[in-house]
Amino acid sequence: MMYDTIIIGAGVIGTNIASELAKYKLKIAVIEKNTDVCEETSKANSGIVHSGYDAMPGTLKAKYNVLGNQMMADFCRKLSIPFRQNGSLVIAHDYNDISKLEALKAQGIMNGVPGLRILEKEEILRMEPELNKNVVCALYAPTGGIVDPFQLTIGPAELAVQNGVAFFLKTIVTNLIKTNHCFQVETNKGIFQTKTVINASGLFSDDINNWVSGHKHYIKPRKGEYCLFDKQVGSLVNSTIFQLPTVNGKGVLVTPTAEGNLMIGPNSLEEYDKEDTMTSAEGIRYVLEIAEKSINIVPTAFIITGFAGLRASEIGGDFVLGEAEDVPGFFNALGIDSPGLTAAPAIAKDMAKWVATSLNAKLNNNYISERLRIVRFDEESLEQKQRLFKEDHEYGRVVCRCELVTLAEIKDAIHRPLGATTIDGIKRRTRAGSGRCQGGFCSPRVLEILSQELKKDIREIAKFSEKSTFLVGLDKDLL
Amino acid sequence: MIYKDIVIIGAGPAGLAAALSAYENGATDILILERENYLGGILNQCIHNGFGLHTFKEELTGPEYALRYIQKIEELKIEYRLNTMVIDISNTKKIIAINETDGVIIIQAKAVILAMGCRERPRGALNIPGFRPSGIYSAGTAQKYVNIDGYLPGRNIVILGSGDIGLIMARRLTLEGSHVKMVCEIMPYSGGLKRNIVQCLDDYEIPLKLSHTVTKIHGKERIEGVTIAKVDAAMKTISGTEEYVSCDTLLLSVGLIPENELSRKAGVKINPTTQGPFVSNSLETTIPGIFACGNVLHVHDLVDFVSEEAVLAAKYAIKHIKGIQKNEKSIPVYARDGIRYTVPSSIEVCEVMKMQLIRFRVSNVYENQYISVYFDFERVYHKLKRILTPGEMEQVILPKNWFDKYPAVSSINIAVEGE
Repeated sequence: MMYDTIIIGAGVIGTNIASELAKYKLKIAVIEKNTDVCEETSKANSGIVHSGYDAMPGTLKAKYNVLGNQMMADFCRKLSIPFRQNGSLVIAHDYNDISKLEALKAQGIMNGVPGLRILEKEEILRMEPELNKNVVCALYAPTGGIVDPFQLTIGPAELAVQNGVAFFLKTIVTNLIKTNHCFQVETNKGIFQTKTVINASGLFSDDINNWVSGHKHYIKPRKGEYCLFDKQVGSLVNSTIFQLPTVNGKGVLVTPTAEGNLMIGPNSLEEYDKEDTMTSAEGIRYVLEIAEKSINIVPTAFIITGFAGLRASEIGGDFVLGEAEDVPGFFNALGIDSPGLTAAPAIAKDMAKWVATSLNAKLNNNYISERLRIVRFDEESLEQKQRLFKEDHEYGRVVCRCELVTLAEIKDAIHRPLGATTIDGIKRRTRAGSGRCQGGFCSPRVLEILSQELKKDIREIAKFSEKSTFLVGLDKDLL
Repeated sequence: MIYKDIVIIGAGPAGLAAALSAYENGATDILILERENYLGGILNQCIHNGFGLHTFKEELTGPEYALRYIQKIEELKIEYRLNTMVIDISNTKKIIAINETDGVIIIQAKAVILAMGCRERPRGALNIPGFRPSGIYSAGTAQKYVNIDGYLPGRNIVILGSGDIGLIMARRLTLEGSHVKMVCEIMPYSGGLKRNIVQCLDDYEIPLKLSHTVTKIHGKERIEGVTIAKVDAAMKTISGTEEYVSCDTLLLSVGLIPENELSRKAGVKINPTTQGPFVSNSLETTIPGIFACGNVLHVHDLVDFVSEEAVLAAKYAIKHIKGIQKNEKSIPVYARDGIRYTVPSSIEVCEVMKMQLIRFRVSNVYENQYISVYFDFERVYHKLKRILTPGEMEQVILPKNWFDKYPAVSSINIAVEGE
């Protein structure tokens, strides 16, 4: 079978491109090596919708950041993705730094960021009473926001499936060959043939590019470590608090998440191993220490988990977007590090246009443009809760008590398009297990539900990959 | 809307004992709400023995201990609802709950007894660096897999933390055929009961490594090993003492946290030390008519004391319903040197029955030290203790006539003293 296009990688970039490209009458497949979408960089980042003052004017990062920010509210409404425009502050502790804030502001204005203002101490502390009292001034960006990065990836993936895009999970691309009239994508599951290829493979996008293109690119990962806090302290700050950026990036931020937790991180460490998402004691200590300059008290007693992610930074420093000059039909979305999450819908829009044009594709008039997320029973009003219960009594059965996730929600996560097959998949779709007990109470129950619904032995149900199973045998089986 | 005299949240040992006590003391309009699909709570997975020595003067397993209460609850036809999750309590004692049969239930109670128990601290709270593979369980979760579901969570096991559940699970997993390599405890002493160290570790030659912690988790998919290291007095790892231990499972038994999310919704004030509500000697929280007992109040070491506390909470809840006015002042109880906390944290003299029990935990290991109680500056109690450890709950009993003797007392202070 010949595909019109194959997207390699089902992170936030790949799935957004897939749902956007489905607006055209094309045969599209997404190939992903992990067991689920959103398994690498897209799942481990700040979840920030940047306003766009950081990037150098004229760069692709500046352009797509601002565009993505503008699109985000409407995009998230259509796909029912948790998003909140909470605004962001870059704080300074020294009046001499006001010039740096002014410079950031000027850069922001050049990039087209609206509403930027320099605030004085009094106003800052009125907005954010829990900030470190040594703050003297800040750059306020009202268009800064927070988004659920899982939903920003899974939502478009589900929409893509509804519009006929095929997803091949657990499919590892081992080589890419350009023949006279098409591409051969070699994988562990066989060879796929396609007219065009979109390289959205994140940390590994350099390998894929370098297999076919003479214009070599190199991804040099940068690790970022984070601490996530209990929702009890989720409203410690309302806006996202940055410190002045350094050469290594935007620095350690303190932010509420779109789901209502508090998050602190990331640091920025050069990393050579593209698989190394280990957290370190020093890293976590560092981000907590730096955060003390942002807020009065870092509520360490409320940390519920820590994690690390790898930014897929290209050595050139900017996004690499578009058709490779020397390989017609091969499109890169490469080197997408921050502000990649914000930029994703905007990148997808342009990429889809470019690819569709190159294929002379016609618009798909039957395109489904909206996606409904799994109901969040906990967030509904009492009346709506009663209505939901009448529809499905399984809304009355709470499985995850910390995040109040019901059986109906978990079953929906399993049975909807590209449904969850793992504990992490359930967690990212429903939040079951992402609360303060971190799955202590609900994971045995979720294992059981997955086993029943997927008709698989409970011992085969895994956390994410096939080897990450939980139960190894029966009591006394080796005695 | 349903109206009830007493609503009890949780049907573990605290909730069951509170319900029974309320009924036996004349309050029959009771409703117990339980989120699991059985009564008895966590006792059902505690299939080891050692329960009931104080309450029943015999040694029972967890399920047997629970059954004693469950049978009476059934006999007396005390109303309960299973699979029912309370999602909100207001400071006016209006409760919202849901279950699969009734949907949303709204209940107005005259008195509420909080008996939700506690949960285990997760890995994240410890910030152990490394990957996030499968095979890391809190000890209680592993206990559920093994004792309720019949599955082994792993074969080569390292346990971090020597809380009682961890110790119990070291023995259980050994009996089920797994190899428990060691128990690491960051403190220089165990957080569990002495009897559990002897019966669960020593008897099976499982090493207890005090002043040791896990400093790294290896393995990206399933855990493959841990790095352990010795720590100094400030609990910092001593470099050069790191050691790799291969394992396919890490169990965490690193502390229990009272589950007070609902209490907070009701506006109950929480003691940051215990993570449980501040209560007076009537076990009443800072919201009138809302009482707390068992592990939701403070983490107990023996279930017998949970039951005992629940009985009291029910008696005071009945008193509240009857509308007996209180107008006496409340005397604060202070945890001084060497004491982490006390329950209660205040005493209303009018509520003191024949005697007043004060429970507490010490903050360190002490040998041959005294427990002293001061009524203001006057020492009224002074008792030599051969050993005091944070793992064992301690108590003092103050006879009612002491309060008569010191009518002007303005504070009660408890301390560990050298002489």
